[in-house]
Amino acid sequence: MISIRNLSKNYEEVQALKNISLEVKPKEIFGLIGPDGAGKTTLMRILTSLLLFDEGEVQVMGKSPISDYQFIRNHIGYMPGKFSLYEDLTVEENLSFFANIFGTTIEKSYDLIKDIYQQIEPFKKRKAGALSGGMKQKLALCAALIHYPKILFLDEPTTGVDPVSRKEFWHIIQQLHHHDITIFVSTPYMDEANLCDRIALIDKGEILNVDLPENISKAFDKTLYAIQCHEGNYQLIKKLREYTHFDSVFPFGEEVHYTDARATDIESDIKLYLEESGLTSIQIRKTASTIEDVFISLMNKN
Amino acid sequence: MDRLKGIIKKEFYHIFRDKRTLLILFGIPIVQIVLFGFAISTEIKEVKVALLNQSKEVSSHQLVNKILSTSYFKVDEILENEEAINTSFKKGRIKAAIVIPPHFEEDILKNKEAKVQIICDASDPNTGTQIGAFLEGQIQSFLYENAQKTFGSSPPIQINTEIQMRYNPELKSAYTFVPGLITIILMLICTMMTSIAITREIETGTMEVLLASPMHPSIIILGKVIPYLALSFSIAVFILFLGKFVFGVPILAHFGLITFEILLYCLVVLALGIFISTVAKTQQLALMISLFALFLPTMLLSGFIFPIHNMPLPLQMVTKVIPATYFNIIIKALMLKGATISEILKETLVLAGMFVVLVGVSIKRFNIRLG
Repeated sequence: MISIRNLSKNYEEVQALKNISLEVKPKEIFGLIGPDGAGKTTLMRILTSLLLFDEGEVQVMGKSPISDYQFIRNHIGYMPGKFSLYEDLTVEENLSFFANIFGTTIEKSYDLIKDIYQQIEPFKKRKAGALSGGMKQKLALCAALIHYPKILFLDEPTTGVDPVSRKEFWHIIQQLHHHDITIFVSTPYMDEANLCDRIALIDKGEILNVDLPENISKAFDKTLYAIQCHEGNYQLIKKLREYTHFDSVFPFGEEVHYTDARATDIESDIKLYLEESGLTSIQIRKTASTIEDVFISLMNKN
Repeated sequence: MDRLKGIIKKEFYHIFRDKRTLLILFGIPIVQIVLFGFAISTEIKEVKVALLNQSKEVSSHQLVNKILSTSYFKVDEILENEEAINTSFKKGRIKAAIVIPPHFEEDILKNKEAKVQIICDASDPNTGTQIGAFLEGQIQSFLYENAQKTFGSSPPIQINTEIQMRYNPELKSAYTFVPGLITIILMLICTMMTSIAITREIETGTMEVLLASPMHPSIIILGKVIPYLALSFSIAVFILFLGKFVFGVPILAHFGLITFEILLYCLVVLALGIFISTVAKTQQLALMISLFALFLPTMLLSGFIFPIHNMPLPLQMVTKVIPATYFNIIIKALMLKGATISEILKETLVLAGMFVVLVGVSIKRFNIRLG
């Protein structure tokens, strides 16, 4: 559906994308996971024909976004990271407008959008600017789907949305599968990676890894320890960094995730060291790696 | 076509839902008309004068009556001595003082020469000169009539000058400001509003969605321009209507020709607005450019307020690139002189040329992509 080979894009002094290669298969949910400034939006805009690029080869539905941009624009749905509907128009007026510019009507597309639209329909006379964050995203999604696109591009659709709405939103995205739509979604949230069929990890304009989410989380090649102590994560991380066999450490929820330079079982060694450093109520256990662990270790290598 | 209709409808929603837009669209024309029509008056009308009549003879009273026989002057104060003149001026109540010396009648009859002093307040030089000239004219005609009455004949040698104030016999200021206002207001609305409307879409990010749609960018722009064209045209008609029926300014040229010229000018300034939006990336910058780089120079240099031929050469060159300069000539010629197309052909062609250049440059600069 999408094929990218050796793509590079430079802004005046910054290299936003460095020699990227990707393949997106038809009907999959492809997640582009990475922190702010990694190059997610730039890649998204190149694929939607909104930006030109410097080197490489890009094909969307077999067409070039440079020469065949009209074809691509006819067959994609795009939801930018920033809410981009008209805040002074009502929900209904916004949808009618977007239906109109794609040469269709709300009625014709009702089948595809009804599950989402029914949730915002009670507010259809309300101005879009007065909607909550979650509602705005649903409206924007409806607008992006109004013409039955073949590929749906979602740029950070859940950024700034509350946890409940985020969950609902991902549920909707997964439902869209039944309509033969390929979905290309970017997010800075690692926990959303598991909801995609395949993911690419991106940082500083480089793709670090592309695989199934479960394969990526398994790809962690070291023993991972989850450690907690009474004095809190800040003190704990500080002490661990001073440890002779330190390899990596970062906060993970209420615990910190730590890897050691030695391959042997060193649980009791670490505990002893931390107690000598003056920390109390230390809890330490081995834990399974997540995508976030993999991502951070890849970022550090990078 | 349906897409165009949709985007026009959407634009009208924006216009009618935004109080600031409405204020600019309808507030500015109304305020300008009221200001120029009623507050800023350069006409001589019921000017207050003070009178120091030291003669108190029949002739002097006849002279005073002659001066007051028109509606231009009104005696505000009868003064008793020369010192009072100063006080009167300082109080700011009067614009001119007339001093008739003693023995005025005797001087006329015996010496065939009399003196009358006119003192004008020249802190506003234009009005001062105008009042002086008016008063002098009144006194001359008194002299002429008086000579005929007393001696039964005209003075020995005389050149009768007859000044005809063509196209504006009563020297009404409405004759300049109504055409001038159409020029200024159309410029303001078309240029400022379109450039802001387009940059707003870029700023709020909606342009990104519009560009990612199959709609051609020219449709997007056309859809933005048409509502403002319609609004500006109706505002122009409204001002013409007010000019004719409230201020009595004639509209002599053919209606079709006036419509054509107004639309042409609207197109030029709309294209200018589109051009600004391709240069400015934010609404604020677009507003600044429209106001300071266009509105003020247009107001001051288009010949609306100050005559162009009195300006220094560099400024005259600037006036040559301002569309309003040409339209101001056109609309005045049409309304006041009833000109036909052949008489304003040069200006019309210049405007048409400006339109072509601006549209060409804008198309070249307008991006089908972001950034």
